[in-house]
Amino acid sequence: MTAFTKVPKAIEDILENETSRRGFLKTSGALVVSFGTASFAGTDALSAAEVGSAAARLQEAGPYPDPDFRQLDSWVAIHADNTATFFVGKTDCGQGTGTAFRQMMCDELDIAYESTSLVMGSTDVTPDQGGSGGSDGIQRDGWPMRRVAAEARRVLLEMASEQFGVPVDRLVVSNAVIALRSDPSTTATYAQLIGDRRFNVPLTGRDINAISGVADVKAVQDLRIVGQSPQRYDIPPKVDGSLIWAVDVTLPGMVHARNIRPPVVGATLRGFDESSVRDVPGVIRVVSEGNYLAVICEREEHAIAAARQLDVDWEEPASAPFPTSDELYAYMRSATPTSSADPRVVGNTEAALAGAAQVIEAEYDFPFQGHTAFGPAHALADPSDGQMTIYSNDMKSYGMRNGVAEFLGMPRDQVRVVWMEGPQAYGRTAADDAGFEAAYLAKAIGRPVRVQWMRDEETAWDTKGPAFTFRLRGGLDARGQLVAFEYDAQSADYNHVGYNEVETVLISQLIGTRLPRPNSGRGATPSELYAIPNRRETTQVVGLPRVWETPLRTGNLRDPGGPQVTFASESFIDELAAAAGADPVEFRLSLLNGATDDDSGFKRARSIATIRAAADAYGWDTRPSPKTRGAETILTGRGMAYSFRSETVVAEIAEVEVNRETGHVWVKRLVCAHDCGLVINPEGLRRTIEGGMMHSLSRALHEEVQFDTERVTSVDWVSYPSLRHEDTPERVDVVMVNGDPNPDRPDLPHYGAGEAVCKPLVAAVANAIYDATGVRLRRAPFRDERVLAALEAAGL
Amino acid sequence: MSAVTLLVNGTEHTVDVDPSTRLLYVLRNDLGLRGPRFGCGLGQCGACTVIIDGVATRSCVTRMDRVSGEITTLEGLAKDGTLDPVQQAWIDEQVPQCGFCQNGQIMTAKALLDENPNPTDAEIREGMSRALCRCMTYYRVQLAIKRVAAGSQGRGMDGVGAG
Repeated sequence: MTAFTKVPKAIEDILENETSRRGFLKTSGALVVSFGTASFAGTDALSAAEVGSAAARLQEAGPYPDPDFRQLDSWVAIHADNTATFFVGKTDCGQGTGTAFRQMMCDELDIAYESTSLVMGSTDVTPDQGGSGGSDGIQRDGWPMRRVAAEARRVLLEMASEQFGVPVDRLVVSNAVIALRSDPSTTATYAQLIGDRRFNVPLTGRDINAISGVADVKAVQDLRIVGQSPQRYDIPPKVDGSLIWAVDVTLPGMVHARNIRPPVVGATLRGFDESSVRDVPGVIRVVSEGNYLAVICEREEHAIAAARQLDVDWEEPASAPFPTSDELYAYMRSATPTSSADPRVVGNTEAALAGAAQVIEAEYDFPFQGHTAFGPAHALADPSDGQMTIYSNDMKSYGMRNGVAEFLGMPRDQVRVVWMEGPQAYGRTAADDAGFEAAYLAKAIGRPVRVQWMRDEETAWDTKGPAFTFRLRGGLDARGQLVAFEYDAQSADYNHVGYNEVETVLISQLIGTRLPRPNSGRGATPSELYAIPNRRETTQVVGLPRVWETPLRTGNLRDPGGPQVTFASESFIDELAAAAGADPVEFRLSLLNGATDDDSGFKRARSIATIRAAADAYGWDTRPSPKTRGAETILTGRGMAYSFRSETVVAEIAEVEVNRETGHVWVKRLVCAHDCGLVINPEGLRRTIEGGMMHSLSRALHEEVQFDTERVTSVDWVSYPSLRHEDTPERVDVVMVNGDPNPDRPDLPHYGAGEAVCKPLVAAVANAIYDATGVRLRRAPFRDERVLAALEAAGL
Repeated sequence: MSAVTLLVNGTEHTVDVDPSTRLLYVLRNDLGLRGPRFGCGLGQCGACTVIIDGVATRSCVTRMDRVSGEITTLEGLAKDGTLDPVQQAWIDEQVPQCGFCQNGQIMTAKALLDENPNPTDAEIREGMSRALCRCMTYYRVQLAIKRVAAGSQGRGMDGVGAG
């Protein structure tokens, strides 16, 4: 197993177990479990192809065919010591989803949590569930996991039934032991029935999301491990230093590479003088193609030094790649959209606004923000034996496997990605630049190459969440009812980076690969269920002058578009509430209580319950904003915002202190009411909610990518500030709401969590600042100088 | 290149490197340690933090020829197979999200608590200020530090780690 030395213990153990399992098969295929029941007719022996495939996978050097998601063995393995391993095609970005997946599968299989382990996201050992993204791991991918585990339990019961000669309904199962109902001392463990042997049970389903066996999943009332909070299995090795992360992998003969980026965006590489790094020890090669340039050295610190020292001839581009960050919003408002408007229309907004007693109008701006991963992009690629293995923290490892195969012109089954833990992804590794670069360089020199970006490179050149501008109009009738809502958004999201497609990663663009036309990108509309009789919502995408090889390439940043859109829409709802002289919570509830024909009654009812739960937990005092203020230096206020993402409903309340002399905002308290249906791991969910809210708090208070007309000037934690310890609220309350009208129903679904809570927070903070000061902030982030300027402009 | 001897987690190591090499690369690439990690290379984020003679130190900006004293890394906190109370509190409080920064959080907290076993909230915020986390686990980090402090003062955990 030398190829796998120094990968995480969990992966290494599994790979060895896999090997022994397959080794067993290879030498004793006759022991494959047979059922002889009609439902498995024809499947009681391995097919020749399967034997060949299993045997082939024993070869350390590949190839690495895809695990067959229509085989139960690809998902569940029972070992001789009566433990089980689950294989799932997801990755854990730090929210503890791995622990939650294990809980769900343990419950269905009827095995103790402690007796199991889970392997995620490595393309040759786990079926392709797409890796992570969209906070849908529990909501969508949890179902096939539950169904396959339930099917494994069913098959084991049938085997015991055959062994004991009694019908299945005379058996009981608990913690991986099956017993006769009539005689509990007569038992068979899962291991005795199938330990280290294949199930050889086919599954059905048009795709992996639909995959299923014959068994039904358990009713919610029968779940025992779901709903509890076992501690995350990944935390102890992260705390004691024993975990081997993707950044830690070393291989014999491994070397280090560093990239050299164009100093001016759009510059053309004319040449370089290799003699300029002659005095740096251990330089192996300078590699370049198109505008891509990297230097490879034996030692890491020398690669860093050589990359800085190399004398490179860059030719500046003829035109500026983008406006400055100060001019961005004016540019976006005057730019010609790249998309058609295609408005969403209810009623007649123009007429309703014309007839309204009061029309409120406002413009909002939201900047480009970075993923700004705490650890810069990194990967190690091993080209041994003509194959390519990439050790990576790519959240979408399957996409990278396909992308790298295409990029290098290699067959898919000669490329694999071994997923390992890494710094939070939040969408960054959907374009896994370092993985592609490592593979490219490894192929070029025929040695394992480790690539790691530098801080300035990561902060400037990573993918960005798009900037937005908004124009909103609202009409209130004489009673203060909202009768018209007009929403116009422009998103700088042209050429959005997606799923590790070759053309979207930076090295590919620098080399000169181009899509026939850029990805279109997207705007977004508010996610709320307000009953407003007249609505017109328009979103358009605008492009910046430079589309390719740009550090302002956009990608999915933790709820793509959500924090931006909800900042504008939920701030504006607050403006309308204030204009109507209404309490912000009551105003929202009145909008949710109205009837509309688009009825989403279920989610609407859950929205009401969630907003009420947040208000109750906070101790909301019903009154209009702003609060009456005195002459004190520290002004306090509270604001709320609500939204949903897919089926998950969230209401958040922020309490702020605003220092009128410095403009400093401290969010002293946060409350989140959260309805994601069935909760798998409450303590894990609580921390995911806290982290998501705090991430958006960082986006609300600090984060803004700055650039001049030549380059991004946000290059480190000073020029791109992020939330710090001193910003932490002194209290964070999370209320888990189950807004289902019948929480006892047996099929209560589990929705997603993570990104939903990122949506309302920026607006909640802005609304709290308004409540405290009477000053409306319509441009994020709310840095001290911007707040102070707004307070001064308002005469405070 | 020159031979430099380091005392790391109680063991002496001699490495042959350029004296200007930053300690981080030697710890990771020559000694095979994984606790300290590269985050910024600028001393801004804390991912690379080690404790040198009781002081939380940014190894990414520390030249090898400026190192003197005993170095403790994350791997060296546990004693005789028992986690340091700070590490245990991190598990009890389930602090990490991705965990990549937590070396910096734990090592900074360890040095802070060794110096001041019972810090006030303000002292925690001040003392931890330069340890960044992009999963923004600060709230849980602070609760974990209070847990350790409460334990060292013989207080119960009431009110600590609520929820």
